[in-house]
Amino acid sequence: MSLHTMTLTEAHGLLRDKKISSRELTEAVLARIDEVDPKVGAYITVDQTGALAAADAADARLAKGEASTLTGLPVGLKDLLCTQGLKTTCASKMLEHFVPPYDATVVTQLREAGAVFPGKLNMDEFAMGSTTEHSALQTTQNPWDLSRVPGGSSGGSAAAVAADLCLAALGSDTGGSIRQPASHCGIVGMKPTYGRVSRYGLVAFASSLDQIGPMTKSVEDSALLMETISGYDPRDSTSVPKEVPDYRRLMKDEEGKGLAGMTVGLPVEYWQADGVDPEVMAAVTQAKATLESLGARCVSVSLPHTEYAVAAYYVIAPSEASSNLARYDGVRYGMSQRGGDGLLSLYKNTRSEGFGDEVKRRIIIGTYALSSGYYDAYYKKASQVRTLIVEDFKTAFQSCDFIISPVAPSPAGKKGESADDPLKMYLSDLFTLSANLAGIPGMSVPCGLTRQGLPVGLQLLGRHFDEATLLKAAWHFERTAGFQGQRPPL
Amino acid sequence: MEYEVVIGLEIHAQLKTNTKIFCGCSTAFGAEPNSQTCPVCTGMPGVLPVLNKTAVAYAARAGVATNCTINRVNRFARKNYFYPDLPLGYQITQFALPIAEHGHLDIELPDGGTKRIGITRIHMENDAGKLNHDPMRPISLVNLNRAGVPLIEIVSEPDMRSAAEAGVLVRKMHQLVRHIGVCDGNMEEGSLRCDANVSLRPKGQEEFGTRTEMKNLNSFRNIERAIRYEISRQTDILDNGGEVIQETRLWNADKEISTSMRSKEDAHDYRYFPDPDLLPVVIDDAWYDEIVKSLPELPDAMKARYVETLGLPVGDAEVLTSTLELATYFDACLAALGTPTPKQAKLAANWVMGSVLALLHTEGMSLATVPVSADMLAGLLTLVEKDVISGTMAKTVFEEMAATGKEAKIIVEEKGLAQVSDTSEIEGIVDTILANNPSEVEAFRGGKKKLMGFFVGQVMKATKGKGNPKVVNQLLGEKLK
Repeated sequence: MSLHTMTLTEAHGLLRDKKISSRELTEAVLARIDEVDPKVGAYITVDQTGALAAADAADARLAKGEASTLTGLPVGLKDLLCTQGLKTTCASKMLEHFVPPYDATVVTQLREAGAVFPGKLNMDEFAMGSTTEHSALQTTQNPWDLSRVPGGSSGGSAAAVAADLCLAALGSDTGGSIRQPASHCGIVGMKPTYGRVSRYGLVAFASSLDQIGPMTKSVEDSALLMETISGYDPRDSTSVPKEVPDYRRLMKDEEGKGLAGMTVGLPVEYWQADGVDPEVMAAVTQAKATLESLGARCVSVSLPHTEYAVAAYYVIAPSEASSNLARYDGVRYGMSQRGGDGLLSLYKNTRSEGFGDEVKRRIIIGTYALSSGYYDAYYKKASQVRTLIVEDFKTAFQSCDFIISPVAPSPAGKKGESADDPLKMYLSDLFTLSANLAGIPGMSVPCGLTRQGLPVGLQLLGRHFDEATLLKAAWHFERTAGFQGQRPPL
Repeated sequence: MEYEVVIGLEIHAQLKTNTKIFCGCSTAFGAEPNSQTCPVCTGMPGVLPVLNKTAVAYAARAGVATNCTINRVNRFARKNYFYPDLPLGYQITQFALPIAEHGHLDIELPDGGTKRIGITRIHMENDAGKLNHDPMRPISLVNLNRAGVPLIEIVSEPDMRSAAEAGVLVRKMHQLVRHIGVCDGNMEEGSLRCDANVSLRPKGQEEFGTRTEMKNLNSFRNIERAIRYEISRQTDILDNGGEVIQETRLWNADKEISTSMRSKEDAHDYRYFPDPDLLPVVIDDAWYDEIVKSLPELPDAMKARYVETLGLPVGDAEVLTSTLELATYFDACLAALGTPTPKQAKLAANWVMGSVLALLHTEGMSLATVPVSADMLAGLLTLVEKDVISGTMAKTVFEEMAATGKEAKIIVEEKGLAQVSDTSEIEGIVDTILANNPSEVEAFRGGKKKLMGFFVGQVMKATKGKGNPKVVNQLLGEKLK
C-alpha cells in the first residue's frame, strides 16, 4: 500500500503502531506532489521544509506517547486560511506575496494536534467561484479528467485529496465551496453548522455564510477533523459555546441497527428541479434506495422558498464581500500600486490590478445592493428571504432527520465552459447555498460515477448542530455503497 | 432680516477603557507610532472583532446619565468608506439600533434659567488612526495606535439657539462624562471632540434652514468661535439674497475661519449594514442594574442637594460639583462633621473652594494625593467651630497640615496654638496695653473709634495671635467706655 493513498484513520493506525514514521509518510506525500501535482495544479505553495520539520516533531511526540489522532498526518490547507510565516494568497494577485503574522484558529488547533502541513491549496480568488478557474495564480485540473474543472471554490483542496496529494484538507464553504468540489472530485466534504468552527483567520468572503470544514477520503476522517476544529473560540464572536460531540463514537453507535428509525426528507423543489443531469439524478436515486436498504424511511418534504434562494444569496454574499474586501487598499500589506499621483490613484490602481474580474463583479454588485436607496429593495429583502428559508428547513426537519439531494446539477464541467456565463455558474449552486443561508450543516458523499467516469456526490443536510446525524448516515452509506477508496486514473 | 439660529451637536467622547473596543491593544495616548497594534486593529485579512464589554457598560452609563432609554438589544453596523486611517475600509459603529436613545439634559443659561436639550441618541464605534503628513515630502504616515479606541457619539437634537448655549452643552457634557468616569475629557489629546450643525431661519419660521456641519472643533473656545463665525457667514449669505449650501466645513483654529470640506453632492454613501461579525449586544436585567448601580450621584442632583439641603449659593454648588473628585471630597468632609448646619456647610465649602483648591493648584496635586484629607479638614473646621482656634490661626494650621500631613489637633497641641479665651488672662494684657498707650486711649475716647483696630492688634500681638478675638473685643469695648 502506498503511504500517500491512506486515509487519516489508516495512517494514524500505522503511526501509532510504529509501523511507519511521520517523516516517511510526509516524504511520500511530498514525492507524490512532485510527481503528480504538475498535472493537477492543486498546490499554490508547497512547504517542504516546514512539513518535514513538523513531521520530525510529530515523530518525537509519537515516540514519547503524547500523540493525538492527528499527530504526524499531512493535511492540506485552502489558501485562505492564515498561516503564520507562510504565504496566504487567496489565489489573488492582491495577496500573492502576503505572509500573515498570525495563525487561523483552525491552523492553531491542527498544529497543536501535531498535524503536518504540506502546503496551501488553490481556490477561486477569495473563494468567489465554482470552478477554481477564477484563481488568479494557477489552474487546477480535475484528477478524474484533466480537461475538466475540479469544482470550487475549494477546488485545490478537493483535487489534492482525490489525487492523494495530502491525506485530507480543510476547505471553506460559503455557498457550496466544500460540497460541490468534493462531489466533483469524488471525496467527502462537510460544511459544519454556522458557528460550529471558528472563522478567525479565515480570510472572509461573506462573513455570515462562511464556514471552514473538512475534505477527506472517508466519512470517518471528516468526523475526526471535525472533533479537532470544532468548538467555541473567544476570537470569533459568532462561534457558538456548545460542547463538541465525540463524532466518531456517535457515528458508529449501535452500528448493527444501521439507519433503522431514521427518516430522510426529499425536498420536492430539489428532486423535481429542472436541468439536473439524468446520470446525476440516477446516482442520487440509487443512493436513496441504499439508504432505504439501511432501514431509513424516505418522505417527501417541501422547501417552498427555494426559488428565491439563489437571488437572496447573490445579494447577501456580494454585499458582505464588498465590505470585507475594502481592506485591500494598498496601504498596509498586499499589492500596492504607488506610482500614481495621490490617494485616489493608489486605491484605483491597486484594486484594478489586484482583483480579478469575478471579484470585481461581486464587489460592484454588493456595493450597488447596499447603496442608499437600494438597500431596502435588495439587502433588506434578501435578509427577509433568508429568514423564510430558515423557517422552511425548520418545518421540513419536523418530519425528517436529514435531507438528501444532488450536490450539483451536473458533474464537473469542461474547463472554460462557464467562463462567459457567470449566471449559469451562480444557478448551479441551487442545491448547496440554502444551507449557508440557513446556517445548517451539509455534507457531500460520493454516490456514483457517470459513464464518463466522473464522480457524483450525494448531499445530506441536517439540523443546526446536528453534524452527528449526517456523519452517521454518511458513514453507513459509504460502507454500503462501496464508492470509498475509488481512485482517479492518474 | 432677523434670523433664529438652530444648532445641533455631535460630541465624540473616547471611552477610557484600558483596551481597545474590538481587540486587546492598549489605548494609552502618546506611545511610539504603531506600537499599540495587532492583526485585528490593523485590519489584517481574516481577523474578527471581539467586543469589549467595559466599553458597552461605559456607553450605557452615559446613556443613563443623559436620561436616555437603553436599548437592551442593540447592534453594530458597518459604515463603509475608504481612508488610509481606517484599516478595514469600514468603521464599526451603530446605525439602526444604537445603545441609547431619546434622552435629554438640562443646561443652565447665562440669564440664570435652564433649558432642556434633547439627546437624540448615543452610539458606540471605533476611532480611526491618525495620519501624519510629512511637511518635506508628498507622503503621509499612518499611525494606527488610536485605531480601535472606543468612542461614543452623543447626538443632540437641534435645540440650541446660540453659540453660547452650544458652549454650555459641551461644557456640561464634558463635566458629565468625566463625572461618571467614562471619558477623561482631555480635549488636547482629542478625548472629546465636537461637530456642530448650524442653520438659520427667519424668526418665526417653523421650517429649518439649510444646515452646514462644522468639523474639527476641539476646544471649548473653538466651538463657540466656529459657531459664531458660521452664524455670521450664513447671515451674510442670506442678507445678500444668497442660499446656504449644505456642506461639511472644516474649522481652522489658527486662522479662525472655516473652509468647505465637501458638499452634499460629494457626500459619502456609507452603505450601512449590520456587521455580520458581531452578535447583537444584549444587556440583560442583571447587567443593566449593575450599570445603573455603578453610576455616582449625578452633578445636577448633587447641585440640587447642596443648594436645597445645605443652603449653599448656586455658584458654590457649581464649583464643588465641577469634578466628581471635588464633590466627593466635600461630601466626605460634610460627613465627618456629622449633620452640619448651613453655617458649617458654608464654612466647609469656603475652605474646600479656597484653601484646598489653592493647594491643588500651587502644588499640582490631585485630591487623591493631597495631604489634607477630607476628614482632616473636618477636624480643623471643628476646632474653629469650637473656638479652639480662630479663623486666622486656622489658615496657619492648614499650611502646617499640608506640609506635614499631621492632624490639626496635634499641630495645635504641639505648637500651643489654642486660643486663649480665659477672661482674666486677657484682661491683664488689655490693662497693660491701655496703660502703655494713654494718648491713643484718650483719642479713642475723644471719638477716634477707628483706633479699636490698633488696640485689638496690640492685644493679639501680645497673645501671639492666640487671644480669642471675641473676648478681646468684648473686654476692650468695656474698658474703653
